[in-house]
Amino acid sequence: MTPMIDIRDLSVVFGRGPKPVPAVDGVTLALAPGEVVALLGESGSGKSVTLRSLLRLHPASARVGGTIRVDGTDVMALSPRALADFRGRTVSMIFQEPRLALDPVYTIGDQIAEAVRRHRGGTRAQARARALDLFDRVRIPSAKRRLDNYPHEMSGGMLQRAMIAMALSCDPKVLLADEPTTALDATVQIQILLLVRELQREYGLSVIFVTHDIGVAAEVADRVAVMYAGRIVEEGAIADVIRSPQHPYARGLLDARVELAGGRDRLITIPGAPPDLADLPPGCSFAPRCARVSGECRTTVPPLAAPLGRGQVACFHPG
Amino acid sequence: MRAAVLPPLEDRGGPAQPLLTVGGLVKHFPVKGGVFGPRRAVQAVDGVDFSVLKGETLGVVGESGCGKSTTARLLVRLMAPDAGTVIFDGESVGDALSLRDYRRQVQMVFQDSYASLNPRLTIEDSIAFGPRVHGVAARAATGRAHDLLARVGLEPRRFAGRYPHELSGGQRQRVNIARALALEPRLVILDEAVSALDKSVEAQVLNLLLDLKRDFGLTYIFISHDLNVVRFMADRVMVMYLGRVAEIGARDAVFDAPAHPYTAALLASMPKADPAERRDAPPLSGDPPNPIDPPPGCRFNPRCAFVEDVCRRTDPPLAALVPQHSAACLMASSGSGHSRAPEIAA
Amino acid sequence: MSVLAASPPALRAERSPGYWRGVGSRIARDPVVVAALAVIVALVLMALLAPELAPMAPDKGSMIRRLKPIGTPGYPLGSDELGRDMLSRLIYGARLSLLMGVVPVPVAFLFGATLGIVAGYAGGLVNALIMRTVDVFYAFPSVLLAVALSGTLGSGLGNAMFSLTVVFIPQIARVAESVTTGVRKLDYIDAARASGARPLTIVLEHVLGNVLGPIFVFATSLVSVSMILASGLSFLGLGVRPPDAEWGLMLNTLRTAIYVNPAVAALPGVLILITSVSFNLFSDGLRGAMDVRS
Repeated sequence: MTPMIDIRDLSVVFGRGPKPVPAVDGVTLALAPGEVVALLGESGSGKSVTLRSLLRLHPASARVGGTIRVDGTDVMALSPRALADFRGRTVSMIFQEPRLALDPVYTIGDQIAEAVRRHRGGTRAQARARALDLFDRVRIPSAKRRLDNYPHEMSGGMLQRAMIAMALSCDPKVLLADEPTTALDATVQIQILLLVRELQREYGLSVIFVTHDIGVAAEVADRVAVMYAGRIVEEGAIADVIRSPQHPYARGLLDARVELAGGRDRLITIPGAPPDLADLPPGCSFAPRCARVSGECRTTVPPLAAPLGRGQVACFHPG
Repeated sequence: MRAAVLPPLEDRGGPAQPLLTVGGLVKHFPVKGGVFGPRRAVQAVDGVDFSVLKGETLGVVGESGCGKSTTARLLVRLMAPDAGTVIFDGESVGDALSLRDYRRQVQMVFQDSYASLNPRLTIEDSIAFGPRVHGVAARAATGRAHDLLARVGLEPRRFAGRYPHELSGGQRQRVNIARALALEPRLVILDEAVSALDKSVEAQVLNLLLDLKRDFGLTYIFISHDLNVVRFMADRVMVMYLGRVAEIGARDAVFDAPAHPYTAALLASMPKADPAERRDAPPLSGDPPNPIDPPPGCRFNPRCAFVEDVCRRTDPPLAALVPQHSAACLMASSGSGHSRAPEIAA
Repeated sequence: MSVLAASPPALRAERSPGYWRGVGSRIARDPVVVAALAVIVALVLMALLAPELAPMAPDKGSMIRRLKPIGTPGYPLGSDELGRDMLSRLIYGARLSLLMGVVPVPVAFLFGATLGIVAGYAGGLVNALIMRTVDVFYAFPSVLLAVALSGTLGSGLGNAMFSLTVVFIPQIARVAESVTTGVRKLDYIDAARASGARPLTIVLEHVLGNVLGPIFVFATSLVSVSMILASGLSFLGLGVRPPDAEWGLMLNTLRTAIYVNPAVAALPGVLILITSVSFNLFSDGLRGAMDVRS
């Protein structure tokens, strides 16, 4: 089966001059139609940059290399006009702060209707009917009244639902989610996660879900790709990675979880801090913090490999 | 003559006396309505009572609008409460204990590590500011700043002269912790102090907080939306909902046998990090309501799975189930009229 | 508890380069700002060295050499309606024009910033009192207010500068108030309050350093407005009196020649434009350079 998303050797470099910042370095990732992959990582790991590359949302000064194909389309080769059509129609995105992504001076209903008409045409009435239908699908109570709300009149959870409705307005094949539940309260977060999962099944969407929270990844994803300093260090089925992480960083993240601390008076931590992207070590980026480090790790970047026949890990000493 | 050291703070009431006792704390913020509209107010904190024992960590959890951050700001007196008393180690704050002396003993760490440091001061100057205000000579205050930097894991020779924007989020939060400790406080209020940090950094800072608590004999109020973190840090837990205390008790009692349905729902909402334990239905529907118009009766009644008519009429008191474990729920209050309430003992 | 109190004296720590050094180096990297600054410096030098630079006396006229075009031998930039050398008058004009344009701004900065910072930090009633008074002045268009004040006080250099100062105080006060109100809400101010510091200490140590920069940037942008208003006042006969050379006044007296020799008549305007654009570009660059996170 041809993948819905096929990212090969993606690299994104910000800034020029003496210290360019390689935010993403050689990311390769493929998603089957209807598959949900979580990109898990901390700030600066390159997870959001990778996600934004799929819509070419970077500033013009960023240097992007590699290839991205979505549903057979070469994203890098799209003309500006084709790109505008591609955004929203083939691939749409939801953000951490829907309040910033919505226009405060138009009602939510108008904004969704406008998105519908831009991509599919039709009359105002048809577009509005479509918006109402979408509001029902994302389970916004008293949908008809809510369509006439302005963004500031809605709570964070409702707004994120409205954002999802807008993202689905043109029947995209791929949904990109950039930490959509991070700013939400716990009781609302789980509602949105369940909604994403449900809609994903209903529409057969391929979803890339960026998060820093393993718990969130476990709730929505089929597979997970763990990123560190711009590279994928481990990738595999969510259950495999959570039960037996192979990369020392992934293991460290899992071990550091406070949920596991029951009875202990200290948390297990990964020593040190993530490296400065403008000044990465020559070999494995994790080597300076790693307990299993060897000479090889300091000179050579370990390639992604599948030592156990399932999943992939970029480490010379996995396990 | 400027002093070289701060005068030491003494324990007055002995270990059994609570360090902090809060009674009937109220803070409403007026909301601008129309000229002829009704005068309305955000009931940010609406009658909160609790106490903090010496040397313990009281965890405070709840969602946005529950009043946990307002409570923190009231306790540090960044705003004046509309009503209520705060008694610190036996002395009423504002009466027997002056605000200035109280503030030396109670310090706060904020969530936003960048906004809580003056961008134009080096970090040693930021840390030394408090002691200087309290009369410590500049040189001694700077020395103290260096000691504290070393104590929070930042090599003073490398970091003391830096500006906040030159540090990472985790490093800045260590500076904020050092700054809070510079006055040798007895109570430190941590308002979402680790929430903005990456998980691996969060774990390091939590360990640091535990070490500092032990080494300096501190008492913490640890406010967080993350129940897992609170479970790790706290000895006792207070759950807040819409400006009120919903439940308060020993950590294990609250986490293992929650008495308030809101606590139970909050616990069930936490992601499990186990794909085998995925849920099909969310524990609660809807968003936390707006604290401008809290519903009559129990404030949780519109979202509660066990709601009965009586809940819409009666405002449940914070009732003790067992000593040291109380919940504001009619189901926990005998003779309340709720069908699940315990029978009145004959 | 006090184990830390008896500490050895502080070791000299590595210091980051100071804030202003960082601002300086960021400015130096921006060619537009450097160019604008160079123009400003050149104009100031021109004003200071006018007697050395000007080929002729600025008020020496010749009725037979009126309104010569640019490039006339002996009159490289032509001559005005009284046959005076334009180049010399433009050079001398820089003195009064820059004086009138620049002086009101720092004076207004002193008063406006003080009012605004007090209002912003105090909040409540004090804020309402100061800011509503400021609003009364702000309600008048600045040109109108300057003309009205100068007209009432009578023409003259001092009165014109005083009017301009009064015009700018409310504008600077409003910016100062909004910047201070923003800073006041930040957690580091709360942290300072929680440490028991008094309001004056907090304003001096934590507020000033963070608000003066943005207010200063705004004030530099007013210099260009001030230049234009000052010229306007002179143009209307409310500022400098003839025969003193001042660009605005020159523009006025030359307007009769606009059909005879438009290029010469436009020269004072061109200098006003260059000066105000330079101050504006410099102020924009300064704003960017003062953002530590850039």
